[in-house]
This record gives sequence, C-alpha cells and structure tokens, in this order.
Amino acid sequence: MSEITEDDMHAYVDGLLPAERRVEIEAWLAAHPEDEARVRVWRMQNRGLHEAFDSVLNEPLPLDMVRAASVRHRASRPPWRAAAAALALVATGLIGYGIGVRGQPAAMEYAALPRDAALAHVVFSPEQRHPVEVDARHAGHLVSWLSKRLGHELHAPDFQAQGFALLGGRLLSGQAGPVAQFMYEDKQARRVTLYVRRDGAGQADTGFRHAREDGVEVFYWVDRDLGYALSGAIDQAEMGRLADAAYRQIGR
Amino acid sequence: MSLQNELIQHIPRLRRYARALAGDAVRADDLVQDTLERALVKLDLWRPGSDLRAWLFTLMHNLFVNQIRAGGPVHCELDEASDVPVRGGQADALAVRDIHVALGKLPSEQREVILLVGLEQFSYAEAAQVLGLPLGTVMSRLSRARERLREIMEGQAVVKLQVVK
Repeated sequence: MSEITEDDMHAYVDGLLPAERRVEIEAWLAAHPEDEARVRVWRMQNRGLHEAFDSVLNEPLPLDMVRAASVRHRASRPPWRAAAAALALVATGLIGYGIGVRGQPAAMEYAALPRDAALAHVVFSPEQRHPVEVDARHAGHLVSWLSKRLGHELHAPDFQAQGFALLGGRLLSGQAGPVAQFMYEDKQARRVTLYVRRDGAGQADTGFRHAREDGVEVFYWVDRDLGYALSGAIDQAEMGRLADAAYRQIGR
Repeated sequence: MSLQNELIQHIPRLRRYARALAGDAVRADDLVQDTLERALVKLDLWRPGSDLRAWLFTLMHNLFVNQIRAGGPVHCELDEASDVPVRGGQADALAVRDIHVALGKLPSEQREVILLVGLEQFSYAEAAQVLGLPLGTVMSRLSRARERLREIMEGQAVVKLQVVK
C-alpha cells in the first residue's frame, strides 16, 4: 500500500478513487481516528451542500434564460427586426409618457404571449429524450401539478379527434410568473404545444388572434384569467382547427 | 440534440452553482443570464467535442471574478436565508440556513472550489480548468476551504448551544 496523502482522503470523500484504492483508504481510516473524523466532516459538508441547493435543480426554467441560450432564435432574427422592436419600444414609451397611459405593461406582456409561446415551442418540441417533464401516462398528476403551480385550475384539451395525443407537459417560469406547456404529437411525429399562463386580472377576454413567429404558427387568446397560445410548425388551417377545438373545450 | 438544447440542459446546474456562489437568488440568476449571453457571443470559441459544461462554468467564473473586482457584493446570504426551501423538520431548516450563512463567510476563492467539487462534482482537474489554476492550487484551496467551513460551522453550533443554555 502506497502512502496515504491528504489529497487521497479528499478524493475518497469526493468519490474520485478506483475501488482498490478506496479499500486501502478505508483500512487507513479504521486505524487513524483523527483522519476518520476529518473525512466524516467533509462528507457531511458535501451532503449539506446538496441538501441546501439541490432544490434549485427542480425550479422551473426561466423563459428569459431559455431565450438567452436560444442560438437558433438569435441567429434567425434579422437585425432590422431588433431595430424595429427598439423603435417600437421608444414609440410606446413616448406615447405612454405623453398621455400618461396606465396599463401599458399589461398590453406589452400580452404582445409577448405569442412570442414567448413560439420560443418555448421551438426549444422543447424537437427534444427527443426529454420533450416533457411529466408524461401523459400520469396525465391526472400532470394537470393537478401544473394547476397548483399556476394557482388556477387548468385543463389539457383533448385533440384525439384531430389526430393528436397528449405527450405530457412542463413548467416554465415567465416574467409574470409560472407558465405551463402541454405537448401533443400526431402519428407523423408532428408536435404542437399549448402554452398557458396567468394573465393580469381585468384583462378583457379576446377572440382568436394569429401570429407567425420564426416559422411557427401561433393562435392565442385570453379567457378569463388565463392566456393561451397554441403553437406548431404546421399548416395554418390545421392549426386553426386545433385552436378552435382547444378554445371550445376550455371555454366550458 | 442541437447546441441550443444542450445549452438549455446545463441551465439547472448553472443556477444551482450560482445560487450557492452568490447567495441571493436574483443576483445568481443574473449571473446565469450573463453567462448564457456570453456563451452565445463566444460560441465559435468553444471547440465542439470538448466539455461544454466545464466551458460554461469557466465563463461564469470569469464573470463572477469580474463582479468582485468591480466591487460588487460578494455573497448575500441574509437575503436568501428567509426563503430557503425547506423539507423535513426544523432541525433540517436550521442546518440548511447554517450552510448558507457559513458559505457567505468563506473567502470567495475557497467557496468556488468547495462548490465546484462538493456540489457540482467536478473532478479536481476539471475544477482546475474552470478556475484557470494549477491542480496543486486547487487541492490546497479545497483543503483550506473544508477546514475553514468546519471551523465556521462549529463556531455557529457553539453560539447556538450557548443561546440554548
């Protein structure tokens, strides 16, 4: 047995040693109580760190971070669009300042609904391994979990008649709070996602609106306290039929 | 899997590390956000096939060090202490809070090493790469960090016992 160094004892605690070396360290520790006590404390420190911070791993992904990491989204955005967005911001800012409009933020957030939904669609719908956090085998649990996190009763619409089955869902964190995403897939593995978030109280219900964001068709609407956006990179008319089915089911 | 999705896969662990490093949840998430933005700008400097996670943590380390140099707050454990997520009993809650407070008292270069190794489970060589340090320096910092953390936690325990008496 070669000499046992302090580095060996750290590596032992951190699980970085091959099995045979571990056995040697254990024999050493059994005969050296002071070292054994140090190693025990280091172990407890590692465990304490995990107990204190592992819960962060289960927090919903902030949409802002998803956007920041979104290579394709960035790359596909032509520079003039960013410039136009900046101009629009200046314009609304000026108008808001000039006539003291209230509720401007709500209006701007409403405008972000289709954009955020399309981003979440583009990011998660191509996923092969983890398209959803909770899959449809646990549909009851999925819906109650997301309802609880949004603080509002949710329903996952049924698109069987349109040929799409529920795959599952995930929780994200938007600027205005938690966001639910339900994902559906048809027999040709085409995917659509329904993005649901709490919308500011007092937001008037709206009819359907349509947007095209980065090649994704988005139908969105506000119904009572919730904002919905159905996204898919498929034919607009077909998306419209799906959105119509969702709207009719949820509206009841 | 696209590079975009690979980046997104790393977000939860970047957040965990940043939370422990910065103490305060908002500041930690800002650090992650900055890291991701920096990563996109510099993506062509990353060599495909090399370890993306280690590279992202390196970017975060550089941003963190710059913040400290610029005189930003090093660790704000007190803001966080009130909303530490807690499972289990009161004793667990205290233990979790203790480690938040104790981490805040570690010098930042020791805190980085102990978190990269003990929480993020990087190998020593990877931690050396992330921090841009020789392996020997990482080992001596790790050793000092563990010893210092033990002293701080024992000190807190003593204070608590005295309060109980």
